Amino acid sequence: MKRTIAFGLLAFVVLVACGGNGSDVTDGASGGLSGTIVIDGSSTVTPLITVAAEDFQTANPDVRVTVATSGTGGGFEKFCVGETDVSMASRPIAEDESATCQANGIEPVEFIVANDALSVIVNPDNDWASCLTVEQLNTMWAPESEGEVDNWNLVDSSFPEQNLELFGAGSDSGTFDFFTDEINGEEGAIRTDYNPSEDDNVTIVGVEGDVGAVGFLGLSYVLENEGRVVAVEIDGGNGCVAPSADAVIDGSYVPLGRPLFVYFKAESLRRPEVEAFARFYADNQETITETALFIPLSEEQASEQQAELDAITGG
Amino acid sequence: MVQSAARRVPQVSLRATGATRRRVYVQAIFKAIFGLMAFLTVGVTFLIFLSLLVPALRFFSEVSLGEFFGRTTWAPLFSPPRFGVWPILAGTAWTTAIALLVALPLGLGVAVYLSEYAHRRVRSVVKPFLEILAGIPTVVLGFFGLFLVNPEIVRRFWPVGEVSTFSGLAAGLVVGIMIVPTVASLSEDAMNAVPRGLREGGFALGGTRREVATKVVFPAALSGIVAATVLAGSRAIGETTIVLIVAGSRPTLTWNPGEQMQSMASFIGFAGIGDQPTGSTGYLTIFAVGLVLFVITFLLNIASIRIVRRFREVYE
Amino acid sequence: MTASTEAAPAIDVRASTATRRKVVDSLFKLFLWVSLGIALGTLLTLLIDLISEGRSRLNFDLIMNMPSARPQRAGIQSAIFGSLWVVGTTAAISIPTGVGAAIYLEEFARKDRWYNRLIELNIQNLASVPSVVYGILGLAFIARGFLSLGFTVMTAALILTLVVLPTVVIASREALRAVPNSLRYGSLALGATEWETVYRQVLPAAVPGIATGTILSTSRALGESAPLLLVGALTFVTFNPDGFDSPYTVLPLAIFRFISEARVEFRPLAAAASVVLLFLLLGMNALAIFVRNRYEKKLR
Repeated sequence: MKRTIAFGLLAFVVLVACGGNGSDVTDGASGGLSGTIVIDGSSTVTPLITVAAEDFQTANPDVRVTVATSGTGGGFEKFCVGETDVSMASRPIAEDESATCQANGIEPVEFIVANDALSVIVNPDNDWASCLTVEQLNTMWAPESEGEVDNWNLVDSSFPEQNLELFGAGSDSGTFDFFTDEINGEEGAIRTDYNPSEDDNVTIVGVEGDVGAVGFLGLSYVLENEGRVVAVEIDGGNGCVAPSADAVIDGSYVPLGRPLFVYFKAESLRRPEVEAFARFYADNQETITETALFIPLSEEQASEQQAELDAITGG
Repeated sequence: MVQSAARRVPQVSLRATGATRRRVYVQAIFKAIFGLMAFLTVGVTFLIFLSLLVPALRFFSEVSLGEFFGRTTWAPLFSPPRFGVWPILAGTAWTTAIALLVALPLGLGVAVYLSEYAHRRVRSVVKPFLEILAGIPTVVLGFFGLFLVNPEIVRRFWPVGEVSTFSGLAAGLVVGIMIVPTVASLSEDAMNAVPRGLREGGFALGGTRREVATKVVFPAALSGIVAATVLAGSRAIGETTIVLIVAGSRPTLTWNPGEQMQSMASFIGFAGIGDQPTGSTGYLTIFAVGLVLFVITFLLNIASIRIVRRFREVYE
Repeated sequence: MTASTEAAPAIDVRASTATRRKVVDSLFKLFLWVSLGIALGTLLTLLIDLISEGRSRLNFDLIMNMPSARPQRAGIQSAIFGSLWVVGTTAAISIPTGVGAAIYLEEFARKDRWYNRLIELNIQNLASVPSVVYGILGLAFIARGFLSLGFTVMTAALILTLVVLPTVVIASREALRAVPNSLRYGSLALGATEWETVYRQVLPAAVPGIATGTILSTSRALGESAPLLLVGALTFVTFNPDGFDSPYTVLPLAIFRFISEARVEFRPLAAAASVVLLFLLLGMNALAIFVRNRYEKKLR
């Protein structure tokens, strides 16, 4: 019996020591970069950074990158107490967040990583709402509508009688902040009887499953799930505009076109592996955004990004 | 001969010496170590209670009990936050009630069958299946609930309203399946503990197997069965993952279980993933709800122990 | 008594009580069969659904690949190794502590002391606390606060230890209780101290029962998801842990991630990973049963 136990322990130890992808190799023959990069933040940006992280690790096997999704707000909270190296955000850093960071000696460095058309989605069988105005969206989502507007009919009398089921980002999300700010006029103002989630996947699944459902999230999720949900055109005062890369870059998708951000800790950027990751992204930005189905940076944004990176890291 | 022996009683010192003393010390050391371990396991209870109590008290200093129990909107993570606890209490109540509605007939039926009807060979096949069912991780059950039970069963057959992608009913059904082995095996144990004499008496009086099972064995084992039910209910109350995956995350106070809902446990899971900053009201909310959950399951557990103790029929 | 009008006794044509009882008997038996059928049928449906949905991804790639944003490439290697690390560490901490506590309670503690009775009551209660509450405890005191270990393997192991410890203690106590007292008395009579009796006689006799109980408790740790949700196991991790302070993920949470993905290509992955998890759990349960059967005979 004792021999069996001893053998079992030995096997466990051996398995553990040998298991894995040799991340303990110190003088890496594969370029020498090693270390851990901790990333957290927005669910909208996660699919993009996950692709970047994965490709970066393929090129640099001794570097470990972890990506968590606590929402834009949650990401900043951890970032500003030093728990993460990089924070993903679907809105710019807020003043009070910035102040907390400064108070803790953390200096955030902002990069725009992609553009996004915040899309409003409906079920494919929804044949009445192909274009929604900002006013109609406001009726749907305003705090005053809580408990009251529970039917499409009440959003607009031309719509049929159909239960209105709402899905969307939760309060920790930058998408949430942006959407409420643009549609309801005040960041954070929203009715609370909807299905909130920090994980935008839940919104897709929810809307797909219910003919009367509506949700809001980043465009990449729509493109990734082609055919399962439909993005409506938005009328921001200049006619109905469908969300697309061009519409965002030329500014016609209003008011829901927006840039997506990533914030590096200045101190972390001084580490070679983190700088390499930032460079990797800047150099491969087009391929990465294409793979992840995101809207790439405009030429102007791209060159600004390179310039900023050069300035921080000294070439 | 005896008298001389009685006079010459040798002096024996009872103090341990040499090797014996060392052996006694060794024992004292081990006793202390193990005692410490035992205390640790108990210390954990107090630690849990404290860790929940302190932040929960802070929560209640910021949010009045009146609002907590008086309002009916639960939106603690929004601004302005609302702290009416009833929606998540209702969510817990619905999922638990549905779970018990499913698990009690099924579990007791299986238990009665195994204890009173089944051949030994059948038992040896069925019991492992029950153990397998008991061992299925809750994530996997969540998969089952979200991709099979809700779309194929609930959305097809539930007559009230329109069922969305998530529903409290599907969550309740799956939690019910999860606790069937608990009800079945504990009830079966209780029934097995009823002495054969009672059964044989019943048969001797002309009872059929069914009559003996329902009128003799079942009442005799009732305390154990009730305890099993209470324990299963407490497990259903505390179930997090299944409800999180299958019922959605919209706290809803409703009479219709086909709607999306959020239970106390699934709220904790939901808020935990979102990761609230330490000390914020959202963070403290997790502790307040956790405390309520802990107290409820704690009381239920004590109740089940009491029930067994007080009502157990003593036969010997 | 005139017998004229009451010539033949009236024959009752209603179903006799005996027949009625038989009918109820049959209905009852039907109910039992149906219950059994539903319970087992549900289990079978679940298993069949998992295997049929996951069949396309049930291959070595699943285990060898790391998680990926691209479903075609995604695998669960980091989750498997993460689970090995976390559950292994949990076992290493919980088994000695739990068995030690059980030894104290069964062999050394005076049952009439109030503090010992308190310990007894508490272990029962701890076993029925919802596991998510341990997650809260862990978030407050282990990941942050007092121990501040962060979201690492050690944090997960400590939390899971709290979850399984009561069960280990209870199972070990049952195993110790099953050892006949004659063994103890004989040993004490021969001059051994209590500790020597435990160490040389009782413990070896109780090992099979303790082994069974601890294997089952550890397998429970393998399947836990709720408490670890709160301490960062839901992270996209594409490497295996290399230390106790390493970030990690575990198999149940990898499955949770797959389920949460909207893209349908991830669904077969969720099913396949579930099959792997069930396979591992079944293996551990089979091991426990094997140990129990093999060594139980020896004791007789």
